[in-house]
Amino acid sequence: MTAIPLGVPRRLVEFTIDGEKARVPEGATILDACRAAGKDVPTLCHGDTLTPKNACRLCVVEVEGARTLVPACSRKAEPGMEVHTDTERARHSRRIVLELLASSVDLSTTPEAAGWIKEYEAKPDRFGPEAARLNEEPRVDNALYVRDYDKCVLCYKCVDACGDQWQNTFAISVAGRGFDARIAVEHDAALTDSACVYCGNCVEVCPTGALSFKSEFDMRAAGTWDESAQTETTTVCAYCGVGCNLTLHVQDNEIVKVTSPHDNPVTHGNLCIKGRFGYQHVQNRG
Amino acid sequence: MSKRNRTPKTYTRLTHPLVRDSRDEPFRQASWEEALDRTARGLERNRGAFGMFSCARATNEMNYVAQKFARVVMGTNNVDSCNRTCHAPSVAGLSAAFGSGGGTSSYEEIEHTDVIVMWGSNARFAHPIFFQHVLRGIRNGARMYAVDPRRTSTAEWAESWMGLNVGTDIPMAHAIGREIIHAGLVNEAFVERATTGFEEYRALVEPWTLSLAEKVTGVPARAIRELAHAYARAERAQLCWTLGITEHHNGTDNVRALINLSLLTGHVGRYGSGLQPLRGQNNVQGGGDMGAIPNRLPGFQDILDPESRLRFESAWDTVIQPHYGMNLTEMFEAMEEGSLRAVYCIGENPAQSEADSDQAVRRMRQLDFLVVQDIFLTKTAELADVVLPATAGWAETEGTTTNSERRVQRVRRAVAPPGEAREDIDILCDLAARLGRDWKYADSEAVWNELRSVSPDHYGMTYARLEEHQGIQWPCPSTDRLEPTYLHGRLWEKDPDARGLPAPFGIVQHDPPVDLTDERYPIRLTTGRRLDSYNTGVQSGGFASPLRRGEYIELCPEDAERYGVVVGEEVQVSSRRGAVVAPVWIDTALRPGLAFMTMHFPDEVDTNRLTIEANCPIAGTAEFKASAIRIDKLPVATIVR
Repeated sequence: MTAIPLGVPRRLVEFTIDGEKARVPEGATILDACRAAGKDVPTLCHGDTLTPKNACRLCVVEVEGARTLVPACSRKAEPGMEVHTDTERARHSRRIVLELLASSVDLSTTPEAAGWIKEYEAKPDRFGPEAARLNEEPRVDNALYVRDYDKCVLCYKCVDACGDQWQNTFAISVAGRGFDARIAVEHDAALTDSACVYCGNCVEVCPTGALSFKSEFDMRAAGTWDESAQTETTTVCAYCGVGCNLTLHVQDNEIVKVTSPHDNPVTHGNLCIKGRFGYQHVQNRG
Repeated sequence: MSKRNRTPKTYTRLTHPLVRDSRDEPFRQASWEEALDRTARGLERNRGAFGMFSCARATNEMNYVAQKFARVVMGTNNVDSCNRTCHAPSVAGLSAAFGSGGGTSSYEEIEHTDVIVMWGSNARFAHPIFFQHVLRGIRNGARMYAVDPRRTSTAEWAESWMGLNVGTDIPMAHAIGREIIHAGLVNEAFVERATTGFEEYRALVEPWTLSLAEKVTGVPARAIRELAHAYARAERAQLCWTLGITEHHNGTDNVRALINLSLLTGHVGRYGSGLQPLRGQNNVQGGGDMGAIPNRLPGFQDILDPESRLRFESAWDTVIQPHYGMNLTEMFEAMEEGSLRAVYCIGENPAQSEADSDQAVRRMRQLDFLVVQDIFLTKTAELADVVLPATAGWAETEGTTTNSERRVQRVRRAVAPPGEAREDIDILCDLAARLGRDWKYADSEAVWNELRSVSPDHYGMTYARLEEHQGIQWPCPSTDRLEPTYLHGRLWEKDPDARGLPAPFGIVQHDPPVDLTDERYPIRLTTGRRLDSYNTGVQSGGFASPLRRGEYIELCPEDAERYGVVVGEEVQVSSRRGAVVAPVWIDTALRPGLAFMTMHFPDEVDTNRLTIEANCPIAGTAEFKASAIRIDKLPVATIVR
């Protein structure tokens, strides 16, 4: 008979962050330790349900003895490591990353971007108004979600969520190379002509709002989107018997967005088309 | 292939009670006072001929109060829900083997198993987030086998797809069992200690050689052998099924045949090894757990057991009828006979969900009194005398629901209901008061705590603990401990006392579908779900899915050619019971002689006019999965739209 797997016992790793002692279980990352210690390290491409991609380089920290800055999101903590999160070198690097991103990408719906730009004194404008931007219109080709390439930082989180890490639909991928690289469905077609199953799990992980629910997109366009006036209530989906937890974002008694808690044992933050979008019937109030 | 232009029916919320004096009249808006008074009178005059259709979509708390209403206020055990149309055979089969009707494993365990068998289940479409756990398992190295007449999107992930003929699940299972026995792969220690009836089972499956099974099921003997060996040799294995197993006239037998395989190999009662029926509605598990079924009191307690009855009689200050009530299927038959005169239907749509829907509607029209409590004016509500507007269980009330892995989770109120719509429990209590029972519940938690006091398996689940643990799986008898994530670990105990009752092998015979195919009706029609739609579509029709294309009769390319039909062409589809007109879709996942339809768009194409009401004698579930049909090209003149 097989016993319940308890997992390999994990030792605690001791090291220091900014001179203070830190203890985390073996296998935890520097970012885990920083967050446990209450240190603010900015991240864009890190997703709590995804394998780190090391794409944005915003979370870099300095490790004594290391030649280069290391990404906190993926570097595992090691015994005796001396980590510095706020050195001039780390701050300089973050400033450059923010300047490059903010000059080429629309970060207006990236939750904490404005604060970081201020904190790190980034000056995205210094590249002038001619800085390369895509300048594309948002793609609205279906009733459920919108793709706004002007806001895409190519972090690949959506590709991972759609691909082998969760959804296994493989509707989107990185197409092109270098400056031409972009996230696309096959032949860069409309979503409605792709393999997309409209689970919205890519939207769930998008850090910048490049992917957004049409409900949110329309309300933002109309100037009525107001997160401070929204409540978030977690309940259970009304469709099949799997029992996915839904967090209903409600504004003025209308459900405007549906997410799922990332630490939920049933969903791990993922939903299907019915759970994500099948709420309209309750508010067809005549 | 482009979508055809559809103007799907969308339902708007009910905001006021509706009443009428006779069924020929249109409804008129009424006050709650009037509607409840009329309802009380309609129920009062039909005492002794009353049935409650409780709701597999509503909370545990509502189901608890609804069954209590039937048993205490109306004095009957005639309470059931649409579990009857889907997984009642799973509950019956699992109860007969293990004494408990729940799935034995947890979702997480399927990520840590070695072999996964998906039998009659297109979980990729019907249970997408469960299938993510399956995919994790596959990525962790598990091999998955798909047993399904259609090569579904679930089968795309399989090591091997076994496309058996509809209704030949028992031959397939018996052949697997025989192969396991003959290959010497029986888990003998487990069979000896934890089961009974092995010798009978051995004799039962002996005729089912691989070659006979190949003839009957259409699956190559080699493939059946491979599955038998993979399942029996695995360290851990999960056997999952859905309605492909249960929606047959012998659904319970099908379930027993699958359970036999787990008993033979010891793939039950251990972490990673188990049986998982995937439930189709958010609270179809909980509805039964709460006693909204005709043979059990809340917490799985048998009505025939005098001690159980006594516990509830003293808790509820009532007398409980010492016999089983009628299930949904029997209640419909009783309407025909006239022995069931009044029905209280909460949140169900049997006018469209029952097999042979014309017959179901005709029977409901014969009722003396029908009250429907729903959030929409469904086709069933259109037949009613009184319609009571309710809240949407999942977004407008507080409470709990229980999922397929037996996890009780909190449901919370996020939006306010429209108009004068009221919570189900409040409506039930107001009616109970008019009928002589004064029940006071401050809130849903008060209902839940009453349930905890009468159901030992739920006792440990306080609302606070449910919140803390993101849901708790039953059984949970203690407030300071959690039980293992799987059921029936007792079967592995060395001490016979701790092991408890052994699990009997099910001695079940193959019985082909009732609706035989012949020259007149040569095509086998099976039914199922699509990814973006749900049941009768009242709920899922409310959002604009880019994937939705409406109802089609789906054929394989060979059959389309044989009948000379093309995609989009409307054809007449007829069975021995009725006929519908539907456009053609071509799907390479089907085989010659096999057609597929959903039940999502009954307002466009009422698929259940075709299906047969051939019921499982044990569980009462109809054979939605096997009808015999024919298709005919329409005369040219009638194609004009």
